[in-house]
Amino acid sequence: MDDFNSETDSDYTSYWRDWFISSRGNEYFCEIDEEYLTDRFNLTGLNTEVQYYQYALDLVTDVFDFDCDDEMREQIEKSARHLYGLVHARYIVTTRGLAKMLEKFKKSDFGKCPRVMCEAQPLLPMGQSDVANTSPVKLYCARCEDLYNPKSSRHAVIDGAYFGTSFHNILFQVYPAMQPPKSQRRYEPRVFGFRMHAAAALSRWQTEQREQMKDRLRTARIETGFEEEDEELEEDEDDESMEIADGFEGAVVPAH
Amino acid sequence: MSSSSQVTESWISSFCGLLGHEYFAEVSEEFIEDDFNLTGLQSQVPMYKEALEMILDVEPEDDEEDEEEEEDEDEDDEILGDDRPVGYRRTSDRRHLRIASDLSVIESSAELLYGLIHQRYITSRPGIQQMAEKYELQHFGTCPRVHCNSCKVLPVGLNDSPGHETVKLFCPSCLDVYTPPNSRFQTVDGAFFGTTFGSLFFMTFGDLDIGGTRPSSAGAADALLAIQAANQEAKSRNNSTPANITSINGVAPHNLAPGLGAGNIYEPRIYGFRVSERARSGPRMKWLRMRPADMTELDETRRYWDEHGGEDGDRPDDDDMNMVDVAEGGKGVQVDRRKKVPSRRRRANGSGNAVGGTGGSPMDTNGVLATAE
Repeated sequence: MDDFNSETDSDYTSYWRDWFISSRGNEYFCEIDEEYLTDRFNLTGLNTEVQYYQYALDLVTDVFDFDCDDEMREQIEKSARHLYGLVHARYIVTTRGLAKMLEKFKKSDFGKCPRVMCEAQPLLPMGQSDVANTSPVKLYCARCEDLYNPKSSRHAVIDGAYFGTSFHNILFQVYPAMQPPKSQRRYEPRVFGFRMHAAAALSRWQTEQREQMKDRLRTARIETGFEEEDEELEEDEDDESMEIADGFEGAVVPAH
Repeated sequence: MSSSSQVTESWISSFCGLLGHEYFAEVSEEFIEDDFNLTGLQSQVPMYKEALEMILDVEPEDDEEDEEEEEDEDEDDEILGDDRPVGYRRTSDRRHLRIASDLSVIESSAELLYGLIHQRYITSRPGIQQMAEKYELQHFGTCPRVHCNSCKVLPVGLNDSPGHETVKLFCPSCLDVYTPPNSRFQTVDGAFFGTTFGSLFFMTFGDLDIGGTRPSSAGAADALLAIQAANQEAKSRNNSTPANITSINGVAPHNLAPGLGAGNIYEPRIYGFRVSERARSGPRMKWLRMRPADMTELDETRRYWDEHGGEDGDRPDDDDMNMVDVAEGGKGVQVDRRKKVPSRRRRANGSGNAVGGTGGSPMDTNGVLATAE
């Protein structure tokens, strides 16, 4: 908290924003540039969303000098945090915002995927809605393309709208190289070494769906983005199970 | 039997009380004292006898009989050769009082031995029952996946031999495994839970509703999600699972991966528009969370024979190929018995009679559920 070195290039020392992003629980936020905040165009429509909008904005931009009682001050403080969050959702889809979030993503600031087969893939924060106060922030894993709840309860209370529904997808559009290779490895429930029939049947059905998708992509001459070594592994396994139960295996996996 | 266990806390309960050992069940002394349950562990654990004594809080004895046993043990160890750790001491040394370093070796051996016994214990009838109580109390936590709606998870291992992987959590709602959220579990070996336990548990307690708690709050986002899910469901309504099906491939359709399927798959969007599969950064992993709307699609045997015509001489008889249980009507008679019998037994004896047949072996689930692949 004593570190007032701003991440931005601006000459200002931003007390409020520095305090905000360095306080506990706000690790997912990046610092919004002074210039972005002071450009009224970027704040279009927010004055109706935020109570005490002008005071809140003053507080965020460190020009707040309004004499008021503690209760009022607290209200404004709350509004300032809300305002910051809403601007944050807009800022992180800009070029500079994306670059800042990418750095945080590379440092795994948002945590790692809890799924074992994703091998600690860094996550990205996202919201399930762009409207404030609808659902808390979730974490998106680009490897399994699924959503997870944050581990810590202090993150589970952050509004998802402060990150939005589009940001994480835009990030991979802008930085396609950051997209991790998709993995086909998966967990197979077994009892005394035997695969569980119901789970294995579902898994074969899913594999069929995957192969259909791959075929669709191949006909369209599009890279599938799967890890190569996995395919070999998969084939080995198929061969193995073919030997054991060839007739039935052939029944569900169409030739491709 | 040591009398000290009555006065102070037993080794087992103090071990299970340690930070990070919250997932462990307390193995009954009865189970450990049955030599049959320990078959083969002697060769896996250094200082086996001392470790076993420590677990059972038995004071080490130094009589003649004891020594003979120890010599036997030494021979066993000789065969194993390299597996023996550095801290291993000859019988002659052991006759003296144990020194501190020795004690720490025994302590770690005891932990290893307890873990390996634990792996076996939780697949036994009293063990799985004990774990079921812990499961109900949510001692193992919930699935981190958003669409699993905080479904309760179980600790599992990805390997049955120690030293490979730490303990993981198995979610029955998405049939996937996750790393425990707290790093203190990253010192617990997965082999102490084993690969069998997770699946055996849900086989044993087939009546458990594993769907997780659906959020009932009427938040706008929930409502929106509900509408989306309803739309998707409507699309697939004409081929949903027939309502009278009670079991497919040995599992009730509503209990096979309820967290997967339409409405539970993340759809990436940018400003409200779905990202195309054909985009370079488009979705590629939806298959992982898919589930057929009509679960009878998974009845592979029947589908195979239906497609290949029934007049073949080598078509299996109805009993063998029937992987679907229906609530009423012709086909169900034979299979209904298979489903109902274990549950009746469970009710007959409220505690501890969870796993199948009279033999008490957890494998005896009337042969329905585990099939060789």
